[in-house]
Amino acid sequence: MSENNRINNDTEQLALDDGRRVKVLSPGMMVFKRFIRNKLAIAGIIILVFMFAFSFLGGVISPYRQDQVFYKTDSANKEYASAVVNTEFRFLTPDGAPLSTLVRANFSRVVKDAGEEGVSFEADGTIWSVKPLAESFYAIGTGKQLGTVTVLGKIADVKADPGEEISDAVKAAALKAAQSGAESFEAEGQTYMLTRGKAKSYTLATVAEAALASLLSYDVYDSADAEAVGTYAFRRAAELALRGGEKRFEADGAAYALDGEGDSGVICREGEDAPIATVSNVIVNPVTAGNFLPMTYKAAVAEAIDNKQTAFEYVNEAGETEKHTIRMRGNNYIVYTEQQTYLIDMYAAPSLSHPLGTDDHGMDVLTRLMYGGRISLMVGFVVMLLENLIGIIVGGVSGYFGGWTDTLLMRFVDLFNSIPYYPMMIIAGAIMDAFEVPPYTRIFLLMAIMGIMGWTGVARVVRGQILSLREQDFMVATEATGIRISRRIFKHLVPNVMPLLIVQATMGLGSIILAEATLSYLGLGIKYPLASWGSIINASSNIYVMTNFWYIWIPAGVLIVLTVLGFNFVGDGLRDAFDPKMKR
Amino acid sequence: MWRFIVRRTALALVIIFFGAFIIYGVMRCLPTSFVESMARQRAAASSTTGGKSYQEWLAELNEAYHMNDNVVTGYLNWLGGVLKGDFGVSWKYGIPVTQKFSQVIWYSVVLNTITLILEVLICIPLGIQAARHQYSGFDYGITVFAMLCISLPTFFLATLLKFAFSVKLNWFDLYGIVGRYHEQLSASGKIWDMVSHMVLPTLTLTMLSVGGLTRYTRTNMLEVLNADYIRTARAKGLSERVVINRHAFRNTLIPLVSYMSYLVPAMFSGSMITETLYQIPGIGYISYDAMVAGDLPFTMFYSVFLLSLTQLSLMLADIMYAVVDPRVRVN
Repeated sequence: MSENNRINNDTEQLALDDGRRVKVLSPGMMVFKRFIRNKLAIAGIIILVFMFAFSFLGGVISPYRQDQVFYKTDSANKEYASAVVNTEFRFLTPDGAPLSTLVRANFSRVVKDAGEEGVSFEADGTIWSVKPLAESFYAIGTGKQLGTVTVLGKIADVKADPGEEISDAVKAAALKAAQSGAESFEAEGQTYMLTRGKAKSYTLATVAEAALASLLSYDVYDSADAEAVGTYAFRRAAELALRGGEKRFEADGAAYALDGEGDSGVICREGEDAPIATVSNVIVNPVTAGNFLPMTYKAAVAEAIDNKQTAFEYVNEAGETEKHTIRMRGNNYIVYTEQQTYLIDMYAAPSLSHPLGTDDHGMDVLTRLMYGGRISLMVGFVVMLLENLIGIIVGGVSGYFGGWTDTLLMRFVDLFNSIPYYPMMIIAGAIMDAFEVPPYTRIFLLMAIMGIMGWTGVARVVRGQILSLREQDFMVATEATGIRISRRIFKHLVPNVMPLLIVQATMGLGSIILAEATLSYLGLGIKYPLASWGSIINASSNIYVMTNFWYIWIPAGVLIVLTVLGFNFVGDGLRDAFDPKMKR
Repeated sequence: MWRFIVRRTALALVIIFFGAFIIYGVMRCLPTSFVESMARQRAAASSTTGGKSYQEWLAELNEAYHMNDNVVTGYLNWLGGVLKGDFGVSWKYGIPVTQKFSQVIWYSVVLNTITLILEVLICIPLGIQAARHQYSGFDYGITVFAMLCISLPTFFLATLLKFAFSVKLNWFDLYGIVGRYHEQLSASGKIWDMVSHMVLPTLTLTMLSVGGLTRYTRTNMLEVLNADYIRTARAKGLSERVVINRHAFRNTLIPLVSYMSYLVPAMFSGSMITETLYQIPGIGYISYDAMVAGDLPFTMFYSVFLLSLTQLSLMLADIMYAVVDPRVRVN
């Protein structure tokens, strides 16, 4: 029992290993503990974790690519067709032969002067008569001379030309007409014409219809019907029916149905629904050459103009209802239509599919921010590593060897240090612009130049530290044990400078990111189509974008500020943690 | 002391010589130089009158501007002119570089002097207060504020200020040093017009520089406050005001003066990015335009100017140290 007790006591006294040991933290652990006690540093860590997640995971999660351009359809009132009301007469002869220019000119003159009354004129050695058939529809007849009518007071005589015979009924009608002063008359179902000659004598002539003059034009649906619609009889019957307000007419032994009145109508074969032709005084042409206008559309436009409508609806071939509006321009009617256009979705407002809208290239701003973050952070880290690599080598060698090596290298550092940073970067950017360096190569060049311009600070710090460290005992020990010089510098001296370098590098990352963003903002850094936070804000140099589309440039700026702030907080926290004597 | 100054000056001259050479070499890398576009313009202008062709103009202008020489001879040529006080004629502005410089430098000096004064007036009291109440809410607030100022990109801050004060509130113009109706204003109106155009650039520059100096003041003040002689002063029963103002603050002046001696050259070198953003025609904006256009004489002049200022400020810092702190002996 007592023995047991003693043993127990002994074991209690001996069990110092774990339970009773004074807790001594490793230097690294102490730094860590001091670091996490710092609220600002923790805030910085949280910001940075968020930024890295946003940039590197966000790009993976985002459904879009960084250079994906979005489109939208927009409707705009565009000029679609132009229409003009025809005021030029069109002529049709029974055999299809064209009418001579002289006749046409005389016709137009005579019609203009005489209006609706029947008149006659002479051209090409023939007598022509003009007979109104309906409103703006004339039959032009050619005369064949039969004889002369002489009127002397109450005495009148009709004398036939040699080889011609004039019936008594015609003679009587001719005399009557001559005395009353009429220019044409009808007898025995035939039209005759009196043309005033010398003194009181008239020429008597038969009239045969030689041409039709009309303001209307015909459009045929099916080219197979073109011949039937083009005949003289068809045209004559159709227009008479149209002007007369009739619903059917016959021509060339076929019957047709006519729908419409006044100046335009649609013609079908009787008993069929499908139209074969439209007739109208309105000529419709597409505004853009090569754009085919369907017949039904032309008919709809003509009808709307006739009815003095300013808007009409048209059912197109796909069965959709299109809205068209008509406006006058000079003597023309211009038809506008709402057309769907496919265009780049620029400056779209924030929505569910684009939480921060789209930029001037129609790319998703949020996705660009994510990819821009990757580049900004990557540039920051690579430049920082490059600066430290050059700086540690130059500073280490310079500090360890001292003497003329030190002097020479430090003068070199002075030289690089005094070259103005921004002017040099701006010139470098202008040179890269001039050589039209491709965007990816440009990033690497930019990182290299920034590294070369920024290493002097690191070299100075390393040299200064090593100058004081190399006199210490542990360095004498390394010398005594015969360790290689490169090993002495980089294994024994540099690790002692590491804490300071880590603090400086963390703070430096912020300023590198700022410098890159500034260059990209000026358009001399990262270039389209690659994104960087600075180049995204560059859009705000356009005042229109700055004032109207805050969601394009403000988020990028906030991200830059937060990231740099995060690095500064962490750097500050690290400095406090490494060196508690040095107050913030 | 004099030996130090002479040695330091000699070193500065060597650094300026090589620094300018590096910039000259980089400038000569610009392929589509100003000369080519000028030759193109002149050829186009004289083409109607049957004048010289582009090639002829190019050859002639290259000859005139010594662009045919290799980099070393070209640089020595340029240096020869400089030693005679001739910096050449600016290609972009068409007048002697020094004349253009004297026209624009004062905008930068005024802008940066006001900024420097504001900076000192704001930062030093804030830094001292933050140090006196270390780890208080006020101290944290100042730290975060200073950090925020350091972290702000110039272009973003300038754009935000423009957005708020020019676009939304419509208080100031967006760009430039004078308003649209400047010429019609009275003498005092003209000055007022320029002052109102300086407000936003000054605000931007001040906000950007406040962070650094505040933190620097605070750190140095903390170091001094923990020193033994402050404890002694307090033990003597001096009032807190006297302790801070006479014993503590005077001792922080030493590092502050060296810090400020870096700021003084910045007054003359201009604030390139800020001036460019607000299009204030100071040395920064004018040089930016010249650099982007590939204007060799102006860029060289500006670079040498900056190099000299940097060297001067380094020397000044060393000398000021000796002046302020009697313990420091330069050598």
